Amino acid sequence: MNVPLFSLTDDPGPDFSALMRVMGLGPDLGAGATGELSIPHGTTVVAVRYGDGVVMAGDRRATMGHIISHRSIEKVFPADRHSGVAIAGAAGPAMEMVKLFQLQLEHYEKVEGSTLSLDGKANQLSQMVRGHLPIAMQGMAVVPLFAGFDLARKAGRIFQYDVTGGRYEETNFATTGSGGMLASTVIKVGFSEDMTAGAAIDLAIDALFRAADDDSATGGPDLVRGIYPTVATISAEGFERVADSDVASRFASLAERLTTQAPVGAETTDDRGDI
Amino acid sequence: MSMPMYVSPEQVMKDRADYARKGIARGRSAAAVSYADGIVLCAENPSSTLRKVSEIYDRMAFAGVGKYNEFDSLRIAGVRQADLRGYNYSREDVDARSLANWYAQILGQTFTHEMKPMEVEILVAEIGPERDQSQMFHILYDGTVVDEHDFTVLGGEAESIAERLGASWSAGQDLGPALRSVVDALAGPDRTLASGDLEVAVLAYGNGRRAFRRLADADVDALLAD
Repeated sequence: MNVPLFSLTDDPGPDFSALMRVMGLGPDLGAGATGELSIPHGTTVVAVRYGDGVVMAGDRRATMGHIISHRSIEKVFPADRHSGVAIAGAAGPAMEMVKLFQLQLEHYEKVEGSTLSLDGKANQLSQMVRGHLPIAMQGMAVVPLFAGFDLARKAGRIFQYDVTGGRYEETNFATTGSGGMLASTVIKVGFSEDMTAGAAIDLAIDALFRAADDDSATGGPDLVRGIYPTVATISAEGFERVADSDVASRFASLAERLTTQAPVGAETTDDRGDI
Repeated sequence: MSMPMYVSPEQVMKDRADYARKGIARGRSAAAVSYADGIVLCAENPSSTLRKVSEIYDRMAFAGVGKYNEFDSLRIAGVRQADLRGYNYSREDVDARSLANWYAQILGQTFTHEMKPMEVEILVAEIGPERDQSQMFHILYDGTVVDEHDFTVLGGEAESIAERLGASWSAGQDLGPALRSVVDALAGPDRTLASGDLEVAVLAYGNGRRAFRRLADADVDALLAD
């Protein structure tokens, strides 16, 4: 019988990753595997701070080379009650990282009887990304975004990562994935201090729409199948997924704004008068 | 050369059981009862930081009485076991019955093979995937497992408390009446217990995936006052 009771020197404490290692369940890093693999990649995710918290949103497309491998993959997840994690990069390792991260936070909370601070959670994720570096070197990078409501500071906070586990706190917004740069421009222009949740959701949706417009690996709204980006708000009330119907109606009003305005790049002859 | 003194196995087991029972009887009792929306767990515990009742998994809670360090290490081992199982298989595959059997193995082996038995009684309570499937596994210091559906009492005075609880408990009670009957049973006829002396938590269907929730003193006061 393998009882997880340890001597004082081997005790992993509330650290689930350490527990897996001592139980011999640590992930096999696949050292020595070389060569290019075709694996699904996930794509544009954004986080925007607003007055009462943070909005996180992500498109639903996974690609494998030039093929769309999945149309309704989820890239935004609750990490625990007051934080969320969004992923870009190789889908398989990213999903596994999210699963472990969620478990890590819950395990800590149950063993210790209290939750980690938001900085503590962000740091945990940083260590997981760093631990993933050998696999990232083989082309399966995972770059997450982490955002949450800091119960001590009573404000939303956003953390961005790089592939080596570097952690960078952003004051207003962050994006990652292949369409991240495109989305970031839209948010930069539209951001204002102390937005309402609705305005921040609209801004995130707009940014994803623009990213999908120019980045082939980012999926736009799929009206035929009724697939819309995942959007969630994180505030003092916790992580809450925005209903698909709400996202759909916000997309509809975005489309209306875009079609009633002069379409970008179209000839505008009416206001130039007669030439 | 001196011969080691012969002690019969019966005597050894009896001495160990007496030792464990004495240790358990020194502490205060705890009880769990099923009510309309799940299970309420209540322990007499003047400390607001050292817990007797805690969360194990999504629909599962733990309660321990006796020696604190011993039942707390069992609690942590249970959280580890449940989280590892849920990680390896699926969240639905983590159930109270297997965890209770696993605890019984540990306690049983410790009781027969170690010098000192664990001076604890523990409870693994679970609300089922559907309503009215509550299960409570009460595990004794020697690994004996008792399963209950309605209510169970842990600790030295378990028998008299269970008698009082049996008289006042009824199926499908709301949280307030259920908690009042537990608190009255724990207190007995000569005492009254206030929220400061109690640790109360529920496993309730309304709480989402993680059904476990602690009740603050103010909530307990409000429920007891109704």
